[in-house]
Amino acid sequence: MEIRAIGCEPLQLKRMHIKDSHTLKVYLETGGYQALNKALNMTQDQIIEEVKKSALRGRGGAGFPTGIKWSFVPRSSPKPKYIVCNADESEPGTFKDRYLLERDPHAVIEGMLIAAYALGAQTGYIYFRGEYKYLIDIMEKALEEARAAKFLGKNILGSDFSCEIYTHTGAGAYICGEETALLSSLEGYRGHPRMKPPFPAVEGLYGCPTVVNNVETLTAVPQIIEMGGDAWRSLGTEKSGGTKLWSVSGHVKRPGVYELPMGYRDMEKFIMEDCGGMLRPDKKLKAVIPGGSSVYIMNADQIIGKGVTMDYEGLVEAGSAVGSGGFIVMDETVDIMESTKNLTEFYKHESCGWCTPCREGTDWLVKIFNRIAEGRGRPEDAQLLLDICDNIEGKSFCPLGDAAAWPIQSAIKRFPEDFKKWLFKNVNGDKIVANVEVEAV
Amino acid sequence: MATTVPTDFTNQVLYTDEVAEFSPEVIEEMKSHLKKYPPERKRSALIPLLFIVQRERGYIDAPGINFVAKFLDLTVTDVWETATFYSMFHFRPIGKYHIQICKTLSCKIMGEPEITNHICKKLGIKPGETTPDGKFTLSMVECLGSCGTAPVMQIGFDYYENLTPEKVDQILDSLE
Repeated sequence: MEIRAIGCEPLQLKRMHIKDSHTLKVYLETGGYQALNKALNMTQDQIIEEVKKSALRGRGGAGFPTGIKWSFVPRSSPKPKYIVCNADESEPGTFKDRYLLERDPHAVIEGMLIAAYALGAQTGYIYFRGEYKYLIDIMEKALEEARAAKFLGKNILGSDFSCEIYTHTGAGAYICGEETALLSSLEGYRGHPRMKPPFPAVEGLYGCPTVVNNVETLTAVPQIIEMGGDAWRSLGTEKSGGTKLWSVSGHVKRPGVYELPMGYRDMEKFIMEDCGGMLRPDKKLKAVIPGGSSVYIMNADQIIGKGVTMDYEGLVEAGSAVGSGGFIVMDETVDIMESTKNLTEFYKHESCGWCTPCREGTDWLVKIFNRIAEGRGRPEDAQLLLDICDNIEGKSFCPLGDAAAWPIQSAIKRFPEDFKKWLFKNVNGDKIVANVEVEAV
Repeated sequence: MATTVPTDFTNQVLYTDEVAEFSPEVIEEMKSHLKKYPPERKRSALIPLLFIVQRERGYIDAPGINFVAKFLDLTVTDVWETATFYSMFHFRPIGKYHIQICKTLSCKIMGEPEITNHICKKLGIKPGETTPDGKFTLSMVECLGSCGTAPVMQIGFDYYENLTPEKVDQILDSLE
């Protein structure tokens, strides 16, 4: 598996290939904790201002501007404040945080400490998905080292800033990557999302002001403080600052974690050259899901020869989204009805059951997909699937329902042939209504 | 929400007066988790504690639930409520080795069906089942966050990546 930066100096990936990069010794040798030192000599407002200037946006998938999120915290509130690192990486296609946590845990700690200082928080939690147990063990060791070296605990680096960070484990629930569900889970409850507002920045963990940030978002913070918000932003584009990690999987020769500057051009070159091209050279590119399973699927015509720019604006323009950067490449051997069915099963399994449209809707979607896959598809099924999606989208507390609808909506629209083939035949594969067009298509 | 091992509570004892007992070392380990949270927010330690119960007792049973409820000043229902939400908890004994194959998209298109067939054939069980000797339980799970090295499985908490049938044979044969 490849881990490398293309089109920029490795920032997020700077320590990935250094031996023992998870240790404090190597971290300090490579410039670690200098940003914290610098931050402690800045005011809280100055730090938030730098993060705003950097145009850093949440790397977990939602892409909300980090500096603005931080500025929502009422720092004068008498309640304790919390910083929470979201290490519940579960979006299908995404595995970048895993390598940051495994090989650069101190960068996560440093990012959290700077955030804690800027927000006036004295406690931080790192919420790991339960399957990442080995990463919790690595992080515990890193926290111990940081504590012994006075980067963590009381009066950090001789200042009057004190902060403690703890690990916390989930137990297998995709929904806990949604920040309010994560907080419910961290409080020991079922991972049900909460109504927003109030936003976590005002009423989060234990009803106190809380900021939840993704791992990659937090590891960007020390870089921003070190080089300044403007310099970091200029690595990318005006609106999409800095660099971004892409987790590449599927039918390419070199899957892996790639760091690209925001605004990298173009997606076709990225697949065909940087990732080594198609895994089987005789198979053509058919589809790409560029930002984790929840974003719109793209067909080859939207990519080949289109010069798609890889940043927030560029991908929206191309008809998809950056999401979490979980970049899944599929060649012509993949049937998009089947791949969409697979993702729909995922959302059904992971729906927390709190909101009726999502709980019942995803269940019905899977039932219909199962019937189609058994060869009993009907011409009106495409419209039926879209109707159900319409009844889920925007009608639940959190975006999981939307995330279940989007892959289906885009797949039917962009791969009509793959659906027609299933909907216009009976069990024996005979075409039965060959002259009827799929309404939705 | 759904569990990897089918959650069938038929003939299960859900409520009992029996309270599980743990060694002083395990109790210490549980207490170390409590230190992470504000004293009035002990419930936060629920998931970590349930993992310890599962490790010590093989699965989460009614006496284990009773212990955790007492330990955290919760009702038994509070503990069941949280425990049954998460897919990594199971409520029946399972095999010594819990094989969890990732079935989500990247693994699916990179050869998961072949791996699953191979394991099923080799062990003579279907997903959701345990071998008669109690050595292996097989589950299909959703994305394990290892898509770049697909297909993958976890056995217990250990990741096995870039699987091929030959590699699977080596791994399973090496387990005692």
